[in-house]
Formats: sequence, C-alpha cells, structure tokens
Amino acid sequence: MNPNRDHYPKGEALHRSLSRRYRSASIWQTLFFSALVIAILSLAALLYNVVDGAFGYVAFEYKNDPSEFTSKALDDLNKQELLDILTTNLSSGAFKKLDNEKAMEKRSKSDLYTLVLERLIQIDTKQTWSMTDSIFRSSEIKAEVAKKYPDAKLEFRSWLTPVFLTTPMSSKAEFAGVRTAILGSLWMVGIAILFALPIGTGAAIYLQEYASKNFLNRVIQTNINNLAGVPSIVYGMLGLAIFVRALEPFTSGSMFGVTDSNGRTILSAGLTMGTLVLPLIIINAQEAIKAVPDSLRQAAFGVGATRWQTVWHHVLPNALPGILTGSILAVSRAIGETAPLIVVGASTFISLDPEGPFSKFTALPIQIYQWTTRAQSEFHSIAASAIIVLLILLLSLNATAVLLRNRVQRKY
Amino acid sequence: MKQENTIMENKIFRPLDLKKKMRPAESIIQSLLFISGVLSIFITVAIVYELGKEALLFFNNPDVTFAKFFGTTQWQPGIGLFGIWPLVTSTLVTSFIAMFVSLPLGLAAALFLSEYASPKARSALKPILEILAGIPTVVYGYFALLFMTPLLQKIFGDGVEVYNMLSAGIVMGIMILPLISSMSEDALSAVPRALREGAYAMGATKFETSIQVVLPAALSGIGAALIIGISRAVGETMIVAVAAGSGPNFTFNPFKAAETMTGHIARISGGDLSYNSIDYNSLFAIALMLFLVTLVLNLISQGIINRFRQRYE
Amino acid sequence: MENIQTPEYAIETKNLFIFYGSFPAVSEVNMRIEKQKVTAIIGPSGCGKSTLLRAFNRMNDFVPSSYVTGEILLQGQNLYGKDIDPVEVRRKIGMVFQKPNPFPKSIYENISWGAKINGFKGNMDELVEQSLRGAALWEEVKDKLKKSAYELSGGQQQRLCIARTIAIQPEIILMDEPASALDPISTLRIEELMQELKQNYTIIIVTHNMQQAARVSDYTAMMMLEKDGSRSGTVIEFSETKKIFTNPKDKRTEDYVTGRFG
Repeated sequence: MNPNRDHYPKGEALHRSLSRRYRSASIWQTLFFSALVIAILSLAALLYNVVDGAFGYVAFEYKNDPSEFTSKALDDLNKQELLDILTTNLSSGAFKKLDNEKAMEKRSKSDLYTLVLERLIQIDTKQTWSMTDSIFRSSEIKAEVAKKYPDAKLEFRSWLTPVFLTTPMSSKAEFAGVRTAILGSLWMVGIAILFALPIGTGAAIYLQEYASKNFLNRVIQTNINNLAGVPSIVYGMLGLAIFVRALEPFTSGSMFGVTDSNGRTILSAGLTMGTLVLPLIIINAQEAIKAVPDSLRQAAFGVGATRWQTVWHHVLPNALPGILTGSILAVSRAIGETAPLIVVGASTFISLDPEGPFSKFTALPIQIYQWTTRAQSEFHSIAASAIIVLLILLLSLNATAVLLRNRVQRKY
Repeated sequence: MKQENTIMENKIFRPLDLKKKMRPAESIIQSLLFISGVLSIFITVAIVYELGKEALLFFNNPDVTFAKFFGTTQWQPGIGLFGIWPLVTSTLVTSFIAMFVSLPLGLAAALFLSEYASPKARSALKPILEILAGIPTVVYGYFALLFMTPLLQKIFGDGVEVYNMLSAGIVMGIMILPLISSMSEDALSAVPRALREGAYAMGATKFETSIQVVLPAALSGIGAALIIGISRAVGETMIVAVAAGSGPNFTFNPFKAAETMTGHIARISGGDLSYNSIDYNSLFAIALMLFLVTLVLNLISQGIINRFRQRYE
Repeated sequence: MENIQTPEYAIETKNLFIFYGSFPAVSEVNMRIEKQKVTAIIGPSGCGKSTLLRAFNRMNDFVPSSYVTGEILLQGQNLYGKDIDPVEVRRKIGMVFQKPNPFPKSIYENISWGAKINGFKGNMDELVEQSLRGAALWEEVKDKLKKSAYELSGGQQQRLCIARTIAIQPEIILMDEPASALDPISTLRIEELMQELKQNYTIIIVTHNMQQAARVSDYTAMMMLEKDGSRSGTVIEFSETKKIFTNPKDKRTEDYVTGRFG
C-alpha cells in the first residue's frame, strides 16, 4: 500500500530497537537523578563538615599551674574563694576595669570561674580534633596526646554552648562568644528593614497600582530587576562612598553630638544592607499585590472609593502576609550577607555590646569569616559553632516565611 | 469618622457635582509612592556616579596608563603596578569552574524535576535545592577551605595549594546550582503541553520528547539561566575571599592560589584604608568593572527571558 | 503473525469506561470502527469526545488520575493490556491536535524527527517529500524546507502536523477538532485532504461542527451526557453518517443534528 512502511522496523526488530531506546533513556534518567544526588550529598557534606568542626577532642595545657593559686581542685572552689583568687592575683588596674564593666560581687560563679581560667591560669590549646576523628580514633588520639603533650589535658568539648551565645568577643578562642556579633546583626537588620520595608512597599504599590505603562515606569521596573542582580560587594562600595564617607556627619552621629566615632557604624551598615535588600522587597511585594484579585479593587471602586482608599483598605490588608513573607526572606538574606559589611568596615574585635546606631559593630557572618581565615584550628571550631547559630537563625526565619506563605495560599 | 460623615452629607444634599475635585491627601500619598519608586533609579545613578567618580580619579592618576592597566600582569597599586590581568584571570578561572560544575548539574536536576519526578518526589527534592540556595556564602567559604580543599589535596596530591581556585570554583558551582536548576525548570515547564503531546503522538518516548523537543524549545531560557549564573559567579565574594587566596597571581592553574576582583576588594577594604589613596580609588575602578560586566549580563539574560515569554503567550 | 486473518475492523471498543479519579468521564462505549473510512465523533461540548479520542492512543496516560476499564482492540490486541507499550501504540495510531503544534525545528526536521526516532531506514529526503505531498503541502514549502516551521501559516502548520504523522505510517490517524483553529479556506483544504488520506488510513475525527461531520465522514458516533445527570458521557448512537443526519433513531440525536439542542 505504501512502500515506506517497509522501512520501519517490524516484529522482533521493532522490539529490539524499542528496548534499546528505553535502555538509553533509563541511563540518562539515572544521570539526571544523580545530579540531584550530588546536590543532596553536597548539602549533607556541608552540614556534616560544620557539625564535625563544632565538637571534638581538645588537648590543652595550663600556662600557669592552678596550684599556684589554690590548694583545692578548681571545680570545688566556691564563689567567694574564686573572687579572693582574682582579687589577690589580678593587677589592681585589670581588676578595676573588670569591676567597672560589671561589679565583681554581682557576677555569677561560672563567670568568675571563666575569669580565673582566662586571666590567671590561662589555657594554651595544643591541638583540636574533629568530631569524627574523636569518635573513631579515640584511643589513637589519647596515645598521641600522651606522647606529644605529656602535660596536656584531653577533653571532649562542645564548642557550641549556651555560654558561647552569651559571651562577648575574646581574642582567645576558648573564651570567645557571639553575643556582640548577634546583637550587631540584629541592630543592622533592624535598621535595614526599617529603611527598606516602607520604601519597598511604597515602590511596589506605585508600580502595581498607580504606574501607567509609560517609558519611565518601564525603566523603573527594569532597573529594579537589575539592581537585584548587582553583586553585593558593589553595594558595599556604594555604602562606603555614600554612607560611610559622604554622609559621615549623619552616620557617625556627630551631627547629633556623638563624639569619638567615624562613619563605620551600625547605621551605615544597616542603610547599606537596606539598599541591598530593597529590590528584593519591591519584587516580592509586587508579587503579593499582584495576587490580590482584581474583583476586589473593582468592588471598592464600585462603591466610590478613591484609588488610595482602595489600596489602603482592600489591597494592602490582603497583600500583607505576602509582603511580610518577602520581608522575612529579605531579612534572612541580610543576616547572611558578609561582603558589604567587610567593605563598609565592620570591626573584627568588639567586646562591648552595641549601644545604638552610632556604635561600631561586628556581625555574625563577619565573625565566621574572621575565625575561618585564622590559622589555628580552635578558631575553626568556633567558626563552625557560629555557623550553626547562623543556620539555626536562618532556618527559623525561613520556617516562619513558609508558614506565612501557606496561610496566604489557603485563602484564595 | 466625623469627616466622612460630612462628606456623605455634602454628597447627598448638595446639587449633583461630578467635576474633578482636589484631593490633597491623595496627591501627597501618590507623590510619596512615586518617590519610593524613583528611588531605585537614584540608587543606580548613585552606584554609577560614585564608582565612576573614584574610578576616574584612579585613571587620571599620571602613573596609571591604559597600556599598563591592560598590558601588564602585576597588580599592586601601592607600589605602582597597575596590571589588572591577574585579578581578571582568576575571576575567569573560578567562574569558569563554577559554571562547569553548575550548568550540567543544574540542567540535569531541572530535567529530572520537570520531566520525570512525580509531584511527591518533586515536593521532597525541591526544598533541598532551596536550602542550598539559602545558605550564606561565607558558610560556603568555610566549606571550601575546610572540606573541599583537603578533599582535593587527597585526590590530586600536594600540587593543590591550601588556597586554590579549584576548590573555590567547585563550591561556587554548588552554590549556583539551585539558581541554574530553578531557572531552567521554569524554562522547561513554560514549553507548552501541546508540543510534548505532539511528540508523544509520534511514538516518542518520554526521554526522546524531553531531550529532543522540550529541551531545544527551552534553550533560550536555559541560556538566560547560564548568563545569570555567570554574573553571580563573577560577583561572588566570600567563597573566593576565604578559599581562593589572598594576593593577585597571574596564573591559569586552578591548583594555585590567586585573588579575584571581588576577593581583592574585600581584602583591601577590610584593612585600614585611607580615603584619597590610590588603593582606595583602584578598588572603585575594579568595582565599576564588576558592576558593568554583571549589568550587561543581567540585561542580556532579562532580554532573553522577555522574548522567550512572548513566544509562547 | 500479522496477516493470518485480516480483522474486519480497524479498532474496536468493548464496554469501555474512562475514569478521572473515581468519576467516569466516559462510560460504556461499544464501537467498531471500519478500516479506511472516516469516522466522526460529534456531540455537545464537555461530553467526553476528546477524552474518548485520546483513549485510542493512550494520551490520557498523562493525566495522573485517569484509568480505563474495558477494552480497546487493535488487530485483536487490547491497547490497555498489561504488556502493551504505549509508545508502540502511539506509533501505530497517530494524532493531529486541535491547535497546530509543530516542533520548533525546521520544516524538514519536523517530518524527519518522528521517522528517525522510530528507526526509519529508507531515504529520508524521499520520505519528507512523500509525506508533504501526502499532506498537500509540498508545492508550498519545497523551497524552504530548512526554514522554521513557525514561519508557516496556521493552516500550513496543521497540514505539516498531518504530514509528520503520515511520515511514520500509522494504521489510524486521530484528529481532535483539527480545523477548529483555522480559517474557512484552510478548513476546506484539510477536509479535502482527509478524503485522500482515507484511501490509506483509518481516520477518526472529533468535531464540533456538524456540517463538517456530514461532509467528511462515512460513519458518525453521537455522544451525549447520560440522562441520569451523572455528567458522564457516552455514545448514544453510532451508524452511517447519512443515517444519523437523515433518519436518527435516538430522539436526542435528532434534536442535536437539527439544532434544537445545545
């Protein structure tokens, strides 16, 4: 009937060619899937790597023997005895300085204990091991320590402790904490959101509800999309030039009578970060406003509402959860950003809590960066602990965003 | 409440008046909203102006010539060496490695998710990519320095330096993978169902349909993803600042340490940098280059996406 | 194996139900479709015409919750049998869709692609020419075979889709309202084409347009939602087209074809 039919495989040949096609398809499908497996493995390796660094054996020696200060075992000392040791052995200047920061009598026992260790006995960390090594090579490590550091103590330590969260910065990894960094991050993000949320929402309302399709508005829209793709370090340079340098009288607080400060303050960092997340907030808010059904607007116009009344009473309340979700995502972006903070001059060593927008500051990712790039492995351990803190913070923020998003989705 | 009442009364009892009325509050609000919208343009202008101004100071310096800038291979502005190439080549090497990792993996992941995965598998797998996308880059830096580099040293031996471009590039690729995959997935799922059905009706298997019909149809969208990915890699700072090395080094050897443009800005500006120094100005020149390169890449990518969208609508 | 006994019918359904989830979209269809004839499926919208048509080449497989009970027999084999490969089914039963859907490739590749994946061994240029001639498109496109298929008009695109279907030499061609997106002149050309194609192929066409059914088909199946209000469609009458349009047995068919319904 038609000669071409003879050119196609038939019967057995057809079956063979088909199974060949299926075989190559399943090989490729496996390859595609393995890309996801690689992604999963990478994530697992990353998390494992962090956790692995935050726990493990530490070999350390006391620089000064505890017996020089007390005849008892250190752990058995009570608060008064610890205080006495500090009073007699610290130089009076150092004691006064500590007393000024917080009255010695009011400090807790564990606080005093830490001071004795940090200031008097002084810990000298010889070596640290990862969690995996500590678990699987425990006896080898013990033997190694006995040989290499006969005087050293070996202890399995969690570098991530409640104390780690509440202690300020220290130049000794064993006594360092992330308190100042967390507070710095919170201040910075707070300022960023205060700056970016109203402006971003306003811009989104303008673009979705007011803007006609003219040239200027198209430029604004394209520009916002492009700003979202500008490398964060460029925002850092912008912040350095404008907030730190050009607006120094404002950002350093000297305009308001604050002295002893330059433009490298929390305020500069917050404004820089606000500029960085502004496009994100606008784009997310636009999506949220777009999702409000048009029938709602028409209903409001139908009863004689003005445009702003429609927006304020109907559009915004319905778009609010979406806008908040977007802001939370922007916050989590801001909390993890590091590069712009380096450029606008985050300080790396700050042991005092930030007091306000004109304080010098450090932030969680800055600490992670600093500690990671130190050569000593105990700093890698506290970097890992700080990463865990940061990831938990981000995870809880994102979980909130997901919950909010799900509530919105249920509505329409 | 009170005010609204009077408005109501006016409307009801006065003769019908449909003329335009002044609504001062409305106009003020509208102008505020407009200003918020226009502010984004000011940000762009400020970036161009500030970077341009300082970069101009750099290029106006009598010691800096274009011949030196593009013709020599050592960068150390403090002592009069202005060859930009070492920073550019290391940026290119790390970005290339990153794309070499993220493009095939991201594309394969997108193909699996959009063409093969059941809705259940999809909803289980996608969050993993989203988590990868949400991890701060400084954490990736830690991962590159303390996991990837030791791993590479185990595989390739002592030739791998403690700081090296390969490790930073690979980890950057992992970081960009979710972006490539989600953009590619969007492009794949934008291909109309009619095309797939047409292929199935010809006796094509699912694999033949997805590779030979859907993938080519989505190619421009995937191209857009690739370009955005490159732009992200070029602008990425923390991974390279931690793991690629500190100190410009003119080399294409991925096992060696070399500082990228972004890494250089981070290191120099992190120290005590005095304004009005040649170092300070040079950073802005580099930042301007970064901004322009990423801007062009982003614009191209957006243009592709817009054209692609129109084609199927 | 093939020609031991030639079955009388091209395709046959036995007690066919098509479900979406637990809801039967089409119920109890028993049809025998004659070889090398044009069979039209008509009926009001939403009565399951397309669903039924798509069951013939297992396109409904892509609707996640859909399944079929009963049998569709092609040369004695149940298309929904356990060991049946849907890819082979679609290779034997081609389909032309409501909207032209050429691949974003050249005109030539649109035709050669299906042949290539199905292991065609002959002369490809010849096959492309034959198929395009078969779809009455050759004269219009012979000078621009390398051009994108998207440059063709809607009517030409639809004939290209017919050409690529006949290139893989199916037994049956399904057409799902193939002219509904086309202008009257293009529609006429497709209708003429069907008359030529039926010399070699069995054609089943779903159409909204009763005049079209009357013009092109030899047999007509009338589908309607079942009376009990279950929103499930079924074939209420199936016979020669002439009979359906001049002397229908079912009152509802008469109402529909005379325009007193829907």
